[in-house]
Parts: sequence; C-alpha cells; structure tokens
Amino acid sequence: MNALYQYWLNLPLVLQMVIKGLAVIGFMFPIGGACSLIERKVSAWMQGRHGPNRAIPFWIAWVPIIGPLLQRLGVFHLMADGGKMFFKEDPIPGHVNKFYFVLAPIVAMIPALTTVSVVPFGAYVDTAGQLVPLILADVDVGLLAVFAVSSLGVYALILAGWASNSKYPFLGGVRASAQLISYELSMTLSILPVFLWVNAPGGSGTLSLFAVVQAQSGPWHAWSGLWFIFTMPVAALIFLVSLFAETNRLPFDMAEGEADLVGGFHTEYGSLKWGLFFVAEYSHMLIGSGVFVLLFLGGWNPLPWLPLATFADWLGLAGNSLVVGALSMVIFLSKVLFFVFLFMWVRWTVPRFRYDQVMKLGWQKLLPLAIGNLIFYALVIAWVQVKN
Amino acid sequence: MAYVVERKPLTLAERLYLPQIFAGLRITLKHLFAPNVTLQYPEERPVIPPGYRGVPTLVRDPQGREKCVSCQLCEFVCPPKAIRITPGSVPADQPDRLHIEKAPQAFEIDMLRCIYCGLCQEVCPEEAIFLQNQYSLSGYTRAEMVNDKARLYELGGTLPDQHYKWDKKKIAAEHGNTH
Repeated sequence: MNALYQYWLNLPLVLQMVIKGLAVIGFMFPIGGACSLIERKVSAWMQGRHGPNRAIPFWIAWVPIIGPLLQRLGVFHLMADGGKMFFKEDPIPGHVNKFYFVLAPIVAMIPALTTVSVVPFGAYVDTAGQLVPLILADVDVGLLAVFAVSSLGVYALILAGWASNSKYPFLGGVRASAQLISYELSMTLSILPVFLWVNAPGGSGTLSLFAVVQAQSGPWHAWSGLWFIFTMPVAALIFLVSLFAETNRLPFDMAEGEADLVGGFHTEYGSLKWGLFFVAEYSHMLIGSGVFVLLFLGGWNPLPWLPLATFADWLGLAGNSLVVGALSMVIFLSKVLFFVFLFMWVRWTVPRFRYDQVMKLGWQKLLPLAIGNLIFYALVIAWVQVKN
Repeated sequence: MAYVVERKPLTLAERLYLPQIFAGLRITLKHLFAPNVTLQYPEERPVIPPGYRGVPTLVRDPQGREKCVSCQLCEFVCPPKAIRITPGSVPADQPDRLHIEKAPQAFEIDMLRCIYCGLCQEVCPEEAIFLQNQYSLSGYTRAEMVNDKARLYELGGTLPDQHYKWDKKKIAAEHGNTH
C-alpha cells in the first residue's frame, strides 16, 4: 500500500492529473447514465407504473434474491439503453451542415465535463489537522470558472439548432439561447451575496467553492455553522430556479418542448450523438446540483452546525484520512443525488411554461429580485462589518 | 343569458406560485409511494368483465352434446363473412339427437376477418355460439388463424342450458304433439 502510494507520488504531475481527471470522468459518465435510468424509474413510479423491469442477463437471473431484485429495479436497462446508443446506425441527414452538425454534440460534452475540475466533491483531514478538498484543480477562480465554462454549453444547442437546417431544431436553438442568456444573469447575481459574506474585507479574496464550504463549517451556535440556504433563502431560491432553466429541465425545457417543437434542437439527431446531448444534460444537472449543495447546503458537512471534522471525530475516524475522504464524498453525493431526484420530482409536478412566461419570469421577476437581494445583503453585511 | 364570471384577483400566495408548487410536489410524492396501477401483463392477466366480447366459440350443453344445428344464420348475418359452415347430418352414434335435422360437418371462423361484433351470438336460435373471454390470439400463418370446429369447441367448453329445446321436442313428439 505504502509502496503504491510512493509510486503514485513519484509519477509526473501531468500524468497524476490526467489519471485523476479520467477517474472523475469515468465516474461521471456512469452516474450520468444512471440518472437516465433513475429518471425513467422515478417517472414511472410517480405515474403509478412499474417502469423498466424486464432486462436481465441470464447468468444474473441464476442468483436467487439479488438477481430478480436487480431486474425489478431495471438496472440492466441501463446497459441495454447505453449499448443501443453505441450500436445504432448513426445517420446524418442530407440537408445539414455536416461539420457543425457533428461538432455540436462534442461541444455539448466538453463544458459539461470540464466544469468538474473546479468543483470539490469531498474533503479529508490531513496529518496536520487541516481540511484538504478532494478536487482536481483547487483554483481561486472556482465558481467563475464553472459559470464561464458551463455557459458555453448553450453553444452546443445553438450549433445543433442551426446546423440541422430545419425549422424545429432552429426554433429550439433560438429558444435555448434566449433562455439561457436571460437566466444566467439572475443566477450569477443570486450567488454574489454568498461571496460577499465569504470574502470578509481585509482577507484575500477568493471565489473558490472550497472556501464557501469552509464558511459553512462553523461549530455549534456560530453564525458560520448555518448553511447559506438558511441565511440567504431568497438567493438559494433564485439560484435553484435559474438552475432549472440553465439545465433545460422542466418546467423550462423550452429548447426541447417535444409537444410543440417535436424535439427541439435534437430533432435531427440519432444514436450516440443524441445520447451525448443527454449525457451532457445530466452532467450539467449533476454539476449544477453539486454547486448548489456547495454554495447553499454546506457541501460535505452532514448537518448544520456539524462540520465534517467534528463528525469524523465523533465516529472515531479522526486519523483515517482515507475513510474521512470517502465519508465526505458519500455525504456530498447523497445531497447531489437528492437534487437530481428533485429535478425529476419537479418535472412531473409543474407543467411547462409558455415561452413568454419563461422570459417574463426571467427578466421581470427573478432579475429584479436578484438585484434587490444583492443590495439587501450588501447592506446587511456592511452593517455587520461596521458593528464588529 | 350571458353572465359575468367573477374573477377574483389572485392572492399573494397564488401570485408567488411557490405554495402551489409545494402542494403539487406533495401530491406527486404521494403518488411516488402509492401502489402501481399497471398490470405486469404476460404474468398478470386482467379480470374480464361479464359481457365481454372475446373470440367467438361453439359451446356444448351440460350433457356434452353439440348444440349447433347448422342453420347457418350466423353465417348469413356475419358482416365480414368470417363464418363458413358445411352442413351435414347428425352422426349415427348420437341416438338422442337423431330427430334433429342437421349438424355442422365443418364450422370455420376466420379470425383474421372476425370483427367481434357479436351478431352471431345474437342471432343464434340454439344458443350455441358465444363470444367468450379469450382476448388474445396470434399465429404464424393465415391458416393458423382460422378456427375449425374442433378448436371452436375446445375454446368454448360447456355452458349451462336453460331450455333443453330438442329434448322437450322429442318428448312432445312421443306424446303426439308435433310442436
């Protein structure tokens, strides 16, 4: 074990990073796929159906209790669905602009997988007693990088819409661009109070997501122990609503709108290219939920006022950084998965908005609310600073 | 008479829209844990309600005797001409039915033509043909989809009989009444 660790440390830094990155992507991809299965199952249960429960490899059917259980949960439909995507014929319609048509799904995937690098997904306590984030690149621009890169995702939809050279994808692309641009504003404005709070004057400024979680890891009864969702509920709400709009999920899935736009931007796509759009959408959902959890729900802290380090002490895991790291990831991931479930839950609750309602909500309601929220918290924070 | 529907201005809670969303979320969550309503079809079969019009079949009376007398009314009434009957005489090994004029030698219903209208059952004076509960049938060839007499009796089975029409006729004839 120790020899392995030494070997790992002696690897060139670039190689270490590439391996870490591949590991994270290799983790994201199946989770993205699993989300599509969870989506089918949750949708089915909410509609009083059983959902996919047929596929099973014969050699798993031999396992007595676990086999049928896995079959009932539809786990193997995940592989059937994914496998189908790979083996299907991949037609390119004759009337499309081939270069951009092929480029669009790739452009969809790149920002979706790039943003992972600055999102911490866990933390551990090192030998010096310091909390160290599990993150690919702990950079100070943190959240700014997430926003900058993830908003590139809209280009994929616009490209797909334009390159398809047909009416419905075009309309979908136009809607996507208008919608994503309008909600980006209120999304960014809504999180400014959080960073105003985190960056106390005098200290060095940071937009790192790790710092935000640190600011929510206070002990019992301290202000810093409260998660930001309790101290800034309006900001959290605006961020959440914008998140639904940014990830193109119902009730804001204007870009797809299968009832009025056939399928929107992906009408002309099939097989793996189509699948890539959806893996990208689920990755955006995961990252978006992750950012929400980090900003407003205390990241890997199990409960308000109960930081991870204290929790690990209680469980008697203080020195064991490997287990603490795993524990923090489990806590963080379960919060994220709850949000993925929330996305599906809302999908079957709220009907799709009309396009003008989406625009109105974005520009006339959320944006003023976000600005008002920002001014309010700026004043409050200024007042708190003066008092101290 | 025209009347004006009073439209109350929305309350603050309604305009905020969030309480409505939370109420909706509660309902969908309830459905998430509610028992499923769909049937796992090939394993679970639906309960067929009485009066269901399934595949038309020929039935026997409680003594296991053939009821059809080959009158061919069903053949004539059948709108898509799915029924074909070849009339014949009653076999000699059925002494208590020898006073009946005819029996079907062959009876075929082409299930590719049948429209399940139930007119054959309606028209039958002998209560010999019934549309029963079978709703699913399939085959690999066209020939397979034609139900012959043996198959029709196999599908039909035995149904209770209230009249025993031909037994009464026989008794009446023995007592000198032709009717």
